[in-house]
Amino acid sequence: MSDKPARGSLIGDGLAQIGALGLFLLQILAAVPRSLRYFTETVRQIFFVGAMSLVIIVTCGLFIGLVLGLQLYDVLSRFGSTASVGTVVAIALYRELGPVVTALLFAGRAGTSITAEIGLMRATDQLAAMEMMAVDPLAYVVAPRFLAGIIAMPLLASVFNAMAILGSHMVAVSWLGLDNGTFWSNMTGAVDVWTDVMNGVWKSAVFGAIVTLVATFQGYSTAPTSEGVAYATTRTVVYSSILTLAIDFLMTAFLM
Amino acid sequence: MSEVSTSSPDALVRIRGLRTRLGAKVIFDGVDLDIPRGRVTAVMGPSGTGKTTLLRHITGQLVPDAGEIAVDGHDLARLDRNGLFELRERIGYLFQNSALLTDFSVFENVAFPLRQHARLPEELIRNIVLPKLQAVGLRGAADLMPAELSGGMARRVALARAIVRDPMLLIYDEPFVGLDPIALNQVLKLIRVLNHTLGLTSIVVAHELSAVRRVADHIYLLADGRIAAHGMPDELVRGDTDWTRQFFGGEADGPVPFHYPARDYAVDLGFVQVKA
Repeated sequence: MSDKPARGSLIGDGLAQIGALGLFLLQILAAVPRSLRYFTETVRQIFFVGAMSLVIIVTCGLFIGLVLGLQLYDVLSRFGSTASVGTVVAIALYRELGPVVTALLFAGRAGTSITAEIGLMRATDQLAAMEMMAVDPLAYVVAPRFLAGIIAMPLLASVFNAMAILGSHMVAVSWLGLDNGTFWSNMTGAVDVWTDVMNGVWKSAVFGAIVTLVATFQGYSTAPTSEGVAYATTRTVVYSSILTLAIDFLMTAFLM
Repeated sequence: MSEVSTSSPDALVRIRGLRTRLGAKVIFDGVDLDIPRGRVTAVMGPSGTGKTTLLRHITGQLVPDAGEIAVDGHDLARLDRNGLFELRERIGYLFQNSALLTDFSVFENVAFPLRQHARLPEELIRNIVLPKLQAVGLRGAADLMPAELSGGMARRVALARAIVRDPMLLIYDEPFVGLDPIALNQVLKLIRVLNHTLGLTSIVVAHELSAVRRVADHIYLLADGRIAAHGMPDELVRGDTDWTRQFFGGEADGPVPFHYPARDYAVDLGFVQVKA
């Protein structure tokens, strides 16, 4: 793979990248059963990509909730429907905002670090050294990060949603005076576990897979130079954000 | 000394008709080579002549365009991934840049191959790892991280890691670079001791003639995509071919150009104008 931006046929290069990404996904899936013997490594990665991302997820979730609460209270008050603030916030979060914004934050926080880490392992021959010690880097390095992404993303999205609902509650109830009981009862009455909450859980698991797939692919196939790692890290954020939003549209269309 | 390698039934590594092209450059153009069991074989040659590529072929990291490579009787082209990994479990490889795992301490780096391939009690792992670290003089550095080591120390840790499973074949890619004279002497002794006491086979890729003469039983001189010469170290150094004279004499003039192909020097400096 070139460490420079693509030249020549953009469409051809793009299709080749998508094809290579698909093949890499198959290689990871084949390596997943072998990676189960490195279960402690998967747990370590869940800590790195999950627990270590909590600060940004909690902070951003809270601010998104504060803004949502303000905006929705203002708009809904024009129709005399401020009682629905809690409902609209929860449905918007569980179905869309939670999984999507968490995935974008996850790409910036965890995806980049995965790409840089694997890219540097490639540049310093650590992956080749593992191959020479008869340890498959796909099973030992890539698959645990991929599994960690799938496991951590729904948990992070749940924390994000909880913080955002708390934020909107702070604005709508504590600040603007909406009745506390109305906020919660309308929300719990309108939000369905299977169609709303689980919808978001599936999405966030898929987005976790997409971000870690792109991040590990970019790191694994990076040019072994400092410039190569820099480009790969940038591509991780760009490609995983685009893929997340595109697949979000497809999943929304099918899950509706 | 002969220009064509002879086949030996006791060869651990057997290479026949190796041809490799990387991009537009021909790296190997019909290389035949035998690495005898229980001996230290050095592969020497000018920079960029494909010595590391040869090692990558022998370990199955790179598939050649043509030719046959057999290691311990196994034809690499016929081995699947599992077969290749089983073979690699018996090969120790010292990388040019050490390639230590940066997240693990020195001890854990050396213990890594043991932990991956066997469930051993912690006490046994210590009893295997510490003697290897002692052999390279770094038992006291067991708790340091790779970032805290000098280049020479990292090379010695990598050597301890390469020998931790007592392999049948040890491959050293530039093992002497960055070692001070004391460490160099110890590493040279270690290579000889490992070979003689454990009956290992070693391949050493290196440029340092004085070190190679002390350690190698046999030298292959690679140049221009072929085996330019091979034989015992003293035989080769006294050799009278253009290749051996230039390489071992360190002369700028000879079949190996010192300068990378370039335009005329005077033209590049602007002293001479070239008509369009």
